[in-house]
Amino acid sequence: MFKPFAVSLALIASGGMIASSTWAKEAEVLHWWTSGGEAAALKVLKDDFAKNGGSWTDMPVAGGGGDAAMQTLKARIVAGDPPAAAQIKGPTIQEYDEAGVVEPYHVDEVAGAEGWDNLLSKQVANHMKCDDFTKYCAAPVNIHRIDWIWANKKVLDANGISMPTTWDEFNAAARKLKAAGIIPLAHGSQPWQDATVFEAVVLGVGGNEFYQRAIVDLEMDALNSPTMVKIFDQMRLLQSFTDEGSPGRDWNVATGMVMEGKAAFQIMGDWAKGEFTNAKMKPGVDFYCLPTPSNHGYLYNVDSFIFYSVDDSSKVEGQKLLASLMMGKNFQKVFNLYKGSIPARLDVPMDEFDMCAKGSAADLNYAAMTGGLLPSFAHGMALRLAQKGAIQDVVTEHFNSNMSSQEAARKLAQAVQDTL
Amino acid sequence: MISGDPRVPSSRNSYCPRSDTMDWLQKNLPRMVVAPSFAAILWFVYGFILWTIYVSMTKSKLLPIYKFWGLGQHFRLWRMDRWYVAVENLFIFTVLFLIICIIIGVLLAVLLDQKIRAEGFLRTVYLYPMALSFIVTGTAWKWILNPTLGVQKLVRDWGFTEFTFDWLVSRDMSIYTIVIAGVWQSSGFVMAMFLAGLRSVDDEIIKAAKIDGASLFSTYTTIIIPMLRPVFMSAVVILCHISIKSYDLIVALTAGGPGTSSDMPAVFMTQMAFHRSEIGLASASATIMFITVTAIIIPYLYSELRRDNAR
Repeated sequence: MFKPFAVSLALIASGGMIASSTWAKEAEVLHWWTSGGEAAALKVLKDDFAKNGGSWTDMPVAGGGGDAAMQTLKARIVAGDPPAAAQIKGPTIQEYDEAGVVEPYHVDEVAGAEGWDNLLSKQVANHMKCDDFTKYCAAPVNIHRIDWIWANKKVLDANGISMPTTWDEFNAAARKLKAAGIIPLAHGSQPWQDATVFEAVVLGVGGNEFYQRAIVDLEMDALNSPTMVKIFDQMRLLQSFTDEGSPGRDWNVATGMVMEGKAAFQIMGDWAKGEFTNAKMKPGVDFYCLPTPSNHGYLYNVDSFIFYSVDDSSKVEGQKLLASLMMGKNFQKVFNLYKGSIPARLDVPMDEFDMCAKGSAADLNYAAMTGGLLPSFAHGMALRLAQKGAIQDVVTEHFNSNMSSQEAARKLAQAVQDTL
Repeated sequence: MISGDPRVPSSRNSYCPRSDTMDWLQKNLPRMVVAPSFAAILWFVYGFILWTIYVSMTKSKLLPIYKFWGLGQHFRLWRMDRWYVAVENLFIFTVLFLIICIIIGVLLAVLLDQKIRAEGFLRTVYLYPMALSFIVTGTAWKWILNPTLGVQKLVRDWGFTEFTFDWLVSRDMSIYTIVIAGVWQSSGFVMAMFLAGLRSVDDEIIKAAKIDGASLFSTYTTIIIPMLRPVFMSAVVILCHISIKSYDLIVALTAGGPGTSSDMPAVFMTQMAFHRSEIGLASASATIMFITVTAIIIPYLYSELRRDNAR
């Protein structure tokens, strides 16, 4: 009774072995770039990979932001069968390394041979390294800037407002707009969007050094401090500039409100640009893309792929090829043109990019020199997920209630303390 | 089956002597067929319940680790404001969801039971929401309840500019929007259960009550509905477990917001396990949910089984 079953199992198994020995390089890639431009950009990488004799097994997980992807990924890792590469970023890379599923860092060889240390800025390079930041175990594909403020130029012009360069100017402009019956700030009060606005305010009101101490180093006397109280005061003010339909609204719906002129400003990462350009609106002409007020700060979010530990030699070769192609000039350029971000690799010519991206690249270089280049917490670059989540909970609770700023600062420190 | 029983003489089989193998198969085949699914349930349900309980007593963060730690995760869990919000919401939701579903379900069932015209059609109409997934229900209600898109805007556009219905975006009221959507989805199902129960009540009893001069109202309240006790019990158990595991409805309708004001334990657990690298904490919350379900189901099973034995 069980014999045919066993025979077929053996057949399947041997079939698998034949397949794997035919291909010298193979890679199974888990990602959540399944829609529009992102999928088209990824196809460039797939084609490159195939051209170089690789066999790509796609493991797309639909459902933006990768919530579903995380569940799939963890199940695979716990079962001892991780994919060759997965879309993981920030300190989570090192967290996986500490769990022992990344060693022995096969791609470090490639990185050494191609001199990645010279191609990436130091901050970005460090995010890609495991084993106490000594060996490459991941490859970056782009840099998103988070602290952008988007504005509808027509609305600003009609009300005689210029782009604000300080938070006080912003508040004054917002009051004026509100009196004129325009929603000053288009916002979707979902936890991650609240956190996105919050970090821009921390950077602007607190300053670069304060951001580092409070959000990156998690110093208790910075988290619960008069400066933090001031930051929460500004958050409360921002909340009064939103409309009542804001809780739960998706970010692109909020962007749409700016595009239609129903609202004036939105604070959102540079993926918002795609919404404007898809509607044939031009930067500088129809809409503004400028950084939120800060002292030359720059909050970055680097998308990257981690390379897990695999045994099979064809999979190791696949990983190496993949890492090399991801860092290739061609892919970095094409992918970022589609995605609205800028290349992680520093030597990619920026000629074909629009003025927002060019501005972003110039600001990045300046911020890297002056100490304003800082990791975004809301997008998982600054902190491990547990601490990030704890801060996000307090921020969104404060934003959506009448909690006092003092209490919010106290709770912030408490929540972080509890996760350490 | 019967032909395999040696005590039953069978004319056909008596011509060909049966081999021992066939005998053995006949006796053991049912067990062999059931065994794999039994083993699978044992491992995948009960095995993993034990696994989760164990993991809740470790320091697991990103991936499960198996070094015993103790009850630390449970202490952390019960120190979190967010968990209290989730538990409180579960309590509010379960109580209201149960009571309103049963009241509406019984009312609809009684009304439909009056031998009205087009009963089949109406029954389908009320039962239909059950065929939708909670995601669809949640998304539809999200639009209906959104103050800038739905009911509030509609009524204001009619000229009542002061009209306010902003429960969805209000911290204090958001949990009740989940009750509304949940009730809309499930009360038809409760109606179907009670309708089946009403139909099984003996007509003779109703006639006897009529002859004794009981009004229709008192016939229902004092005779028929008390006879439906088992239906009530089943409805309570089914609705309870819908509410404890409710996840998709919340994700689609409020995503736990505004802030974390409409959080529920199942949402909390998924967030902690898959978005926060807090597998230990998530397991602790799962364990609490499991204990809650057990606390409801076991007394129910006990009372049901005892009654069966007594008969």
